[in-house]
Amino acid sequence: MKTYSSKLYLFVAILTSLLVSFFQDEINPYYFQIIIYIGINIILATSLNLINGFAGQFSLGHAGFMSLGAYTASLVSSTLHASSGNPVDILILPLALLLGGAVAALAGLLVGIPTLRLKGDYLAITTLGFGEIIRVVIQNLNFLGGARGFTGIPKLANFFWVFSVVSIVVFAISNLINSTYGKGFLAVRDDEIAAQAMGINTTKYKVIAFITGAFFAGIAGGLYAHFISYINPQQFSFIKSIEIVVMVIIGGMGSTVGVIIAAIVLTILPEALRGIAEYRMVIYSLMLVVIMISRPQGLFGKSFRLKELVAKFRRPPMSA
Amino acid sequence: MSELLQQIINGISLGSIYALIAIGYTMVYGVLRFINFAHGDVFMIGGFVGYYAAPHIMPLVGGSVILAGPIVLLLAMTVCSILGVTIEKLAYKPLRFRPKLTILITAIGISLFLEFGGQLLFGPDPKSFPTLIPSTTLIDSQNLILTTTPVIVIGTAIILIVLLRFIVQNTKMGTAMRAVSFNQQAASLMGININTVISFTFVLGSSLAAAGGILYGTLYPSINPLMGIFPGLKAFISAVLGGIGNIPGAALGGLIIGMTETFVTGYLSPTYRDAIAFGILILILLFKPSGILGRYEAEKV
Repeated sequence: MKTYSSKLYLFVAILTSLLVSFFQDEINPYYFQIIIYIGINIILATSLNLINGFAGQFSLGHAGFMSLGAYTASLVSSTLHASSGNPVDILILPLALLLGGAVAALAGLLVGIPTLRLKGDYLAITTLGFGEIIRVVIQNLNFLGGARGFTGIPKLANFFWVFSVVSIVVFAISNLINSTYGKGFLAVRDDEIAAQAMGINTTKYKVIAFITGAFFAGIAGGLYAHFISYINPQQFSFIKSIEIVVMVIIGGMGSTVGVIIAAIVLTILPEALRGIAEYRMVIYSLMLVVIMISRPQGLFGKSFRLKELVAKFRRPPMSA
Repeated sequence: MSELLQQIINGISLGSIYALIAIGYTMVYGVLRFINFAHGDVFMIGGFVGYYAAPHIMPLVGGSVILAGPIVLLLAMTVCSILGVTIEKLAYKPLRFRPKLTILITAIGISLFLEFGGQLLFGPDPKSFPTLIPSTTLIDSQNLILTTTPVIVIGTAIILIVLLRFIVQNTKMGTAMRAVSFNQQAASLMGININTVISFTFVLGSSLAAAGGILYGTLYPSINPLMGIFPGLKAFISAVLGGIGNIPGAALGGLIIGMTETFVTGYLSPTYRDAIAFGILILILLFKPSGILGRYEAEKV
C-alpha cells in the first residue's frame, strides 16, 4: 500500500511539473530562476542528507561532485547537440545528466573507499580537499575552458526536467531510507560498533550512501549547467559545499521534509536580503554553531528526546 | 646540487611552520579526541595581530629589530591564546559529551565564522605583512643564497618546539595533560582538573599557531583572511601523517609535508602544490592510518 501511494505521488508530481512547464514562459524570469534554483538546491540538500543525515558520514565535498556532473553533462550535451537533428534532442539531456551522475558516483567511489573505513573527521577533511582538487584540476584543463569557464551549454533544462528530477530524487531517497539499506544506514549512524557487531558491513553501507549522494549531486550539477548555460570552477568552490551543508543542518539531519523546507527558505532568503549579502557567510556560520549548541536536530528535525534521555543514563564516553 | 640545497632550506622553513600548527591539532586531539577545525584560522588571526601590532610596536622600541620581533610574537601568541580558550569555553565545552558529529560541525562553524568575520573586519584583499626582520644575506656564493629570514623562521620554530617539549614532559601541568590524554576518566579520579588542563592545551596550541602565523607572514609577506584554510588543512594532514595525538610525530609530519610540497613546486609544477598533501593523506589513510609514530588504538566499547 505504501509503495503504491508513493508511486502515485511521484506520478502526480511529474505530471504537474510537465503541466507547469507549458506555462513557464508566463512566469516572471527572475522568480522563475529562483524557482529553478530551489529545485536544484532541493536535489543537492536531500542527496547530501542521505550521506550526512541518514548514514552519519560528514561530507564537505558536495560541490565537487556537483561540478563533476556539471562538466561531464555539459561536455556530452554540447558534443551531441552540435551533431544531431531535432527528434533526438529530447534524449540528450537525460543522457547527459545520467553520464554526469555516473562520473560523480565513480569519483564518490574512489574517494569513499579509502576514507569511509575511518572516522568521520577524516572524511570531512578528505572530501573538502577532494572538492578543492577537482576545482584546481578543472582550472588547468583547457578543453573544459579552464578558469574562463565552459560556455555555450545548450539551455535544455526547463521546469519539467528540474522538478521531475526533484520528484524522482525525493522518491528514490525516501524509498531507500525505508528499505533494508535504509535500516543499515541508520544503524551505522546511530552506533557503528554495535552495527558491526550485528554483522552489518558498515563500510559497504557508507560507500553506498556516499555513491548515491554523489550521483544525485552530479545530476543536480548537470541541471544547473543546462539552466544557466555557463559554468566556471569558481561556482563550485567549498563555499557552495558549505551552503548545502547548512541547508541539511538547519533542516535537520535525517529529516527529508525539514531539509526540503530549509533548501527552499535558504534559497529565497539571500534574494530577499540582498542588502546584507556580505554578512551571509558570517550569519550561516553563527547559525551552525548556535543550532549545534541549542538544537542539534535542526529547526525542523524531529527531536531525539528519547535518545538523549537514554544517553543521560549511560556513562559519559570514555577516552580510549 | 645548489638548487637542491636551496629547496631543502625552503622546505624546512615551510615545514617548521606546518609543524607548529600541527602540534596544536595533535594536542587538542590527544586531550579531547576531536579535530579543532578552527585551528588554521587561529593561525590566520595570529598573522593579522602581527600585521596590526607591528607598526605600533616598532616606534615604541625605537625600531630595534631584536626587541620588536619577539614582542610582536608574544603579543600575537597572547591574543590567540585568549581566542583559543574563548572558543573552547563558548563553543566546545557545552558539547563535550555530545556526539562527535555535533562538535565537528560546531568547529567548522567557528572556522567559517573566523574566516568570513575576518573578511568583514580586515577586508578581503591581501595585505603585505610588515618586515619584522630585515632580510640580510648571510651566504652569497654563486650557487647558494642564504638570507636571515629562513634561519630566523627555523630557529624560532625549534626554540618553541623545544620549549613545548619541556612543558609537556617536565612540568606538573604537562604531566596532567599527558594523563588526561591517556585516560580522561582515570585522570579526573586522580584529582586532575580536566577543565584547566583542556584550557591549558588550547593556550599552548593556539599560541604555537599564532607564532606560525607570524613566521608565515615573515616568510611569505602577504596575508589575507582566508590564508588559514590551506596551511590549516596541510598541518592537519601533517598531524595525521606523524600519528595524531603524538607531538614529535606532528613535528616530523610537518617537516615531511613542507619538504614534499616545496619539492613538488620546485621540480614538478606549482599547480599541484595544494593537491599533493591530500594525496599523501589518502595514501596514509589507506596504508597506515595510525601514522608514522602513532600506535594503533583499539576502540573500547
